[in-house]
Amino acid sequence: MKKYILRRVLGMVPTLAVISVLVFIVIQLPEGDIVTSTVGQLEATGVDMSDDRIESLRAQYYLDQPLPIQYLYWIGNFITGDMGFSYLYAQPVNELVWERLGYTLLISIGALLFTWLLALPIGIYSAVRQYSTADYAFTTVGLIGLATPNFLIALILMYLGYNWFGLSFGGLFSPEYINAPWSWARFTDLLAHLWIPVIVIGTSGMAITMRLMRANLLDELEKPYVTTARAKGVPPLKLLLKYPVRIAINPFISTIGLLLPTLISGEAIVAVVLNLPTTGPLLIQSLITQDMYLAGSLIMLLSVLTVIGMLLSDLLLAWVDPRIRYERT
Amino acid sequence: MSELNELTPGQLAWLRFRRHKLAMVAGGVLIIFYLFAIFCEFISPYTPDQRNARAINAPPMDIRFFDADGQFHPRPFVYGWELNINEDTWMREYQEDTSTRYDIQFFSRGEPYEFWGLIPTERHLFTVDSESEGYIHWFGTDSLGRDMFSRVLYGARVSLSIGILGVGLTLFLGVLLGGFAGYLGGVFDNVVQRITEVLQSIPTLPLWMALSAALPAAWSPLATYFGITIILSLFGWTTLARQVRGRFLAMREEDFVVAARLVGANDRRIIFRHMLPSFVSHIITTATLAVPAMILGETALSFLGIGLRAPVVSWGVLLQQAQNYQVIVMTPWLLLPGAFIVITVIAFNLLGDGLRDAADPYSSLSKT
Repeated sequence: MKKYILRRVLGMVPTLAVISVLVFIVIQLPEGDIVTSTVGQLEATGVDMSDDRIESLRAQYYLDQPLPIQYLYWIGNFITGDMGFSYLYAQPVNELVWERLGYTLLISIGALLFTWLLALPIGIYSAVRQYSTADYAFTTVGLIGLATPNFLIALILMYLGYNWFGLSFGGLFSPEYINAPWSWARFTDLLAHLWIPVIVIGTSGMAITMRLMRANLLDELEKPYVTTARAKGVPPLKLLLKYPVRIAINPFISTIGLLLPTLISGEAIVAVVLNLPTTGPLLIQSLITQDMYLAGSLIMLLSVLTVIGMLLSDLLLAWVDPRIRYERT
Repeated sequence: MSELNELTPGQLAWLRFRRHKLAMVAGGVLIIFYLFAIFCEFISPYTPDQRNARAINAPPMDIRFFDADGQFHPRPFVYGWELNINEDTWMREYQEDTSTRYDIQFFSRGEPYEFWGLIPTERHLFTVDSESEGYIHWFGTDSLGRDMFSRVLYGARVSLSIGILGVGLTLFLGVLLGGFAGYLGGVFDNVVQRITEVLQSIPTLPLWMALSAALPAAWSPLATYFGITIILSLFGWTTLARQVRGRFLAMREEDFVVAARLVGANDRRIIFRHMLPSFVSHIITTATLAVPAMILGETALSFLGIGLRAPVVSWGVLLQQAQNYQVIVMTPWLLLPGAFIVITVIAFNLLGDGLRDAADPYSSLSKT
């Protein structure tokens, strides 16, 4: 097992390296760079920039170096934890992203748990009561959830919330807690706001999880051992939960890795609508204003998060299912 | 059973597909939507940028056959709006003015336009009499007094075509790369596999966002349209490539392929003549199921303001108006394009399900 973990962790390195090159290329794509835009802004306010100053600015950000060298500086700093400076917020990127990344992670994991807590039991029910009215109803609801863009669900929830309850959604905290230090009251306030984005993002994965669980379990229920157990008089519920469900649930551990990019993508856009203090709105802001250090760091961090999530799901799967870790050693 | 033996595989598939009632309905809905998209200039009563200063943020109108006195009119009509400014809130409030009845006329003259940019005409499927200064806004109007129904139709053209075009590109990349990876194996397979893994482990939306933000703002609407399509397909081919590769790997060892090779067929002939036809139905199914992802992607990017931009009209661009919540509470009909997105995506999913069953030669027909 140790050997397997080590191999998987080392396997992450080339993946992340390729991703980092990709991200670097992407943030280089827009015309001009941070210096041209800074100079443009300064000159617009009447500050005259001499060529010397521009050159020294360029040198400060290694922009006078060829691209591969620039990349090495960027990724080298990134690894040592220096993510550069955000012009938009006039702050080091480090100070900006961590808290937001935490909220992103919190919401994404919350959405994953929500999806599973609701979709797995529904999937089990649909399989056991195949072709019942409830089975069709759940399938329909799941399909609608799959087909509705996340941001539209958020918009509709906001509309209904206002119309029915006179509530205004949005944000993760009530105004009085936004800048308050952490306290019990602030924590409960967070929980009171958290469920909305969690539900909104969770619905998108619901249909797939439900359908998969239903199909897996249906396959399993047909097998002879189930018939045998039933013939021997094992109580139906105990039989269901102890054997077929356990086997049918296995594949879901491996889908964490596939769901994570979806969840993080979903979070990015819902956060804009619901005005959440997470990475999504920051990323859009930085992209629109071409604050490329910030944008690059954010995409890189989100990718790292996803790759780690995939690693964890692989390890979990290897732990649950011994065949996997012996297969390739 | 005996007459089934005389049918071609295509006829059998059609029979299987027809059993799928939901898929049939979904197919019908999609055909109607695509017809809307193709003929949007003609079907919409107005051009997308035409403004009606007398109906700004006006709610959807009811199309009626019975007037306020309960009298039946064979020709459908709408009532005009009576605008009141609420003295307390200074908001526009519209009330139906039952004294102004606008009859709907078919194939009538309205705003001139060029059909498909080629044929100048002023005929619309339906309008109301413009001499009496009437107007018809079936889905209401936006904050500039533009007709939402017309804009939804014009948006359909962009949003629906981006889905098809993007999937076409995805198919090309996926089949090409996945096919060669599966057939050739070895180094090429390894490289494609690694690329696929890397691309699948990046959250797509942030990357899409970064790429579309990098599209120069000076580009023409058409160039941006193709740019966005390419960006959407650039990361979408991986799933398809994986499936095609898996199929190829399995099929490479099948008897008929080995036989073809022994007879001396070259690689190209084996791939295109023997292997491809046997899973073309599978590819079609996957493609159908991939269209919604493209449509949703375009919508999300345009909604965020980094995809397609006005003056281009797409469903995502239309929804951008409804981004904040005062707007939704005041003018909820601006969310209507969203309903079209949802229906389209559901329809594609159902159609894909039906196609999958129809394409499976082993699913039996004899059950019914």
